[in-house]
Amino acid sequence: MDDSILLAHGSGGKLSHELVEKKILPFLANPALNKLDDSAIFEASGRLAFTTDSYVVNPIFFPGGDIGKLAVCGTVNDLAMNGARPQYLSLSAIIEEGFLLSELEQIVQSIKKAAEEAEVSIITGDTKVVNKGQADKLFITTSGVGIISPGVDISGANARAGDKVLLSGTIGDHGIAIMSQREGLRFSMALESDCAPLNKLVSQMMEVSSRIHCLRDPTRGGLATTLNELARQSKVGIVVEEAKVPVKEEVKAACELLGLDPVYVANEGKLVAVIDPTDTDKILGQMRKNIYGRDAAIVGEVTKEHPGKVIMKTKLGPSRIVDMLSGELLPRIC
Amino acid sequence: MKFIDEYQDNKLARGLAYKIAQRSTKTIRLMEFCGGHTHAILRYGIRQLVPKTVEMRSGPGCPVCVTATADLDKAIALAHLPDVIITTFGDMIRVPGSYSSLQQAKAEGADIRIVYSTIDAVEIAKANPWKSVIFIGIGFETTAPTIAASILKAQQEKIKNFNVLSLNKLTPPVMKALLDSGELKLDGIIGPGHVSVIIGSHPYEFIPRDYGVACVISGFEPLDILLCIDKLMEQIEKGEPKVEIAYPRGVKPEGNRKARQLMEKVFEIGEANWRGIGIVPQSGLKVRGKYERFDADKAFSVSLKPPREPEGCRCGDVIRGAAMPPECKLFGKVCTPESPVGPCMVSSEGACAAYYQYGTPENSQGA
Amino acid sequence: MCLAVPVKIVSINGDEAETEIAGVRRRVSIALTPEAKVGDYVLLHTGYAIGVIDEAEAEETLKLLEEIASLSEVH
Repeated sequence: MDDSILLAHGSGGKLSHELVEKKILPFLANPALNKLDDSAIFEASGRLAFTTDSYVVNPIFFPGGDIGKLAVCGTVNDLAMNGARPQYLSLSAIIEEGFLLSELEQIVQSIKKAAEEAEVSIITGDTKVVNKGQADKLFITTSGVGIISPGVDISGANARAGDKVLLSGTIGDHGIAIMSQREGLRFSMALESDCAPLNKLVSQMMEVSSRIHCLRDPTRGGLATTLNELARQSKVGIVVEEAKVPVKEEVKAACELLGLDPVYVANEGKLVAVIDPTDTDKILGQMRKNIYGRDAAIVGEVTKEHPGKVIMKTKLGPSRIVDMLSGELLPRIC
Repeated sequence: MKFIDEYQDNKLARGLAYKIAQRSTKTIRLMEFCGGHTHAILRYGIRQLVPKTVEMRSGPGCPVCVTATADLDKAIALAHLPDVIITTFGDMIRVPGSYSSLQQAKAEGADIRIVYSTIDAVEIAKANPWKSVIFIGIGFETTAPTIAASILKAQQEKIKNFNVLSLNKLTPPVMKALLDSGELKLDGIIGPGHVSVIIGSHPYEFIPRDYGVACVISGFEPLDILLCIDKLMEQIEKGEPKVEIAYPRGVKPEGNRKARQLMEKVFEIGEANWRGIGIVPQSGLKVRGKYERFDADKAFSVSLKPPREPEGCRCGDVIRGAAMPPECKLFGKVCTPESPVGPCMVSSEGACAAYYQYGTPENSQGA
Repeated sequence: MCLAVPVKIVSINGDEAETEIAGVRRRVSIALTPEAKVGDYVLLHTGYAIGVIDEAEAEETLKLLEEIASLSEVH
């Protein structure tokens, strides 16, 4: 095979088959996928959770991960946020003509590793190739199916006044890691994206408590946007304490340099949990035992005042509104 | 982070807030002239830390907000010229011009790139020798020297395709214009910290001398701003207005001579069109004839339709401090960060955006 | 017009300096502050150092703030 992806790789003919059989299948192999039927067949009973997401991140390789890892973790996490145990994923790739095969191989490896860590199987997939200039290198879409055990009811609409708001770790790592790679911003740091599958963390939390009301991962739009979504969905107010929100020093520094607020920067390996206060210590203790929850903290609580709004108690005392992110997160000069 | 964290200390802030409250005997009105201050004052809830006797108003300190609509229209028209790459600071992209915006022009195919520094704009020019790179030069005296330095660097490296659309403005003249207008009676001015790193404290001497208004130059951390307010209050209560530096770690009375030298080498002073205020004499920077090769105004000509302001928009009043954001009927209802009507809601230094994003539960979001 | 961040100069090469703040490194032009030395803290604005921070003055300001705070505590 040549060094780069050609249009023929997407046309369904020999090259397409070669691409799948040599470059993708060997790494993601599992009984359902190996059949290479038009659809994958599996058995499942009980309530199922189903989600889909597309991944268009630029740059496709970044410190701590790549678009492949992101595509698996993002969908696994969406299932976990409803208390589902992720089982099966589909994987579609739209590849720009000229994309390097070596880079595709790297990404497939990342997908394999991430799927192994999350203990999910990719059972069906698709690849298409488009003309140069019609896609920005590589777009991936993953859909996922998970199983929700009976009695589990975790939803953004379940927050109640008095609940505690927990955060699994430091915010802003992913967004800043991505920005550090953008040309023009030109800063370098050891910081890596926090991209990670959180389904095991969620299972462990659910093992010790059946009083988890909401789970959500603060991806695009950051912590602020996620908290606002929960406040609106549950029709409650949320009060968060700025001093309690964990932020790495380098993220603070990068945010200072760019004029950004860490609460609006994306995360790809963190979760917000809104829980009944009686189980706070148990859940927090359990979170901190998991590598992805070691910096977990109580950052706020739910109130019946100012429903739909999020208030932040600043470090110096005064409170202020924290709205959703509007528009894009742009570096400022002033 | 050194020189940042120490100036956010809780205990020290409470001490200052207490002192300010103790000292205050009458209502005073203060105005800041820096978008960075507008942002910081709202982000740190400074209004809630000072007594109600201290009324704070935002003046024209946000470079994006004070850019005249006609000038923004020009930038957008330039973006549509063939083989042109527009480079700009991020804040400018979403501001609505009369008929379009840079963001919209980008969606229509114009090559518009956000840069963090003029250095990047020069690099883009180097990397694209067959295109013309135009840098949209907004900002005050903090940024003007950096633009001057990049023009000199472009000259040194014989880069022929780098141009600047000079929309830079000067702070003391607009302070004078506002004080002359008498629209708002001010007792004290919170002086712009980083503009003053460049120009020093002497250019503000006319403020206490000719208008009897106190002027204290402030840094940007909450303790810096509170210290500034404390010093202003002391001057006002004693009836002894003068120019003081409350940010001595950054500002020297003589400012940064080298930076001013470069600025004066490349730019000359002329009139400027300030949104919400109009033409203010001697308040803008134009590229000198010697460097006209780098002047976008000389290199390109575009025809423009007459500028128009959006109906009901009170950005002009907000920029002059004559209205607080919630007083604008469009604030939070029709005009929001997602669908901004005017620049004050777009730029994060704009008073409206800062109010919307950081307001207190009682007064934000027009709700 | 004022976002300027205090960064520490780690090395200098002509009119450029390598600077650092809390683990983040950035190359900066010192064309406006030719007097800056390695070890100095400078204010970084849009890729340029616009001024050298006076550390003695910074100390003085903190001392003043501490004094004010302790006087307030007395009450």
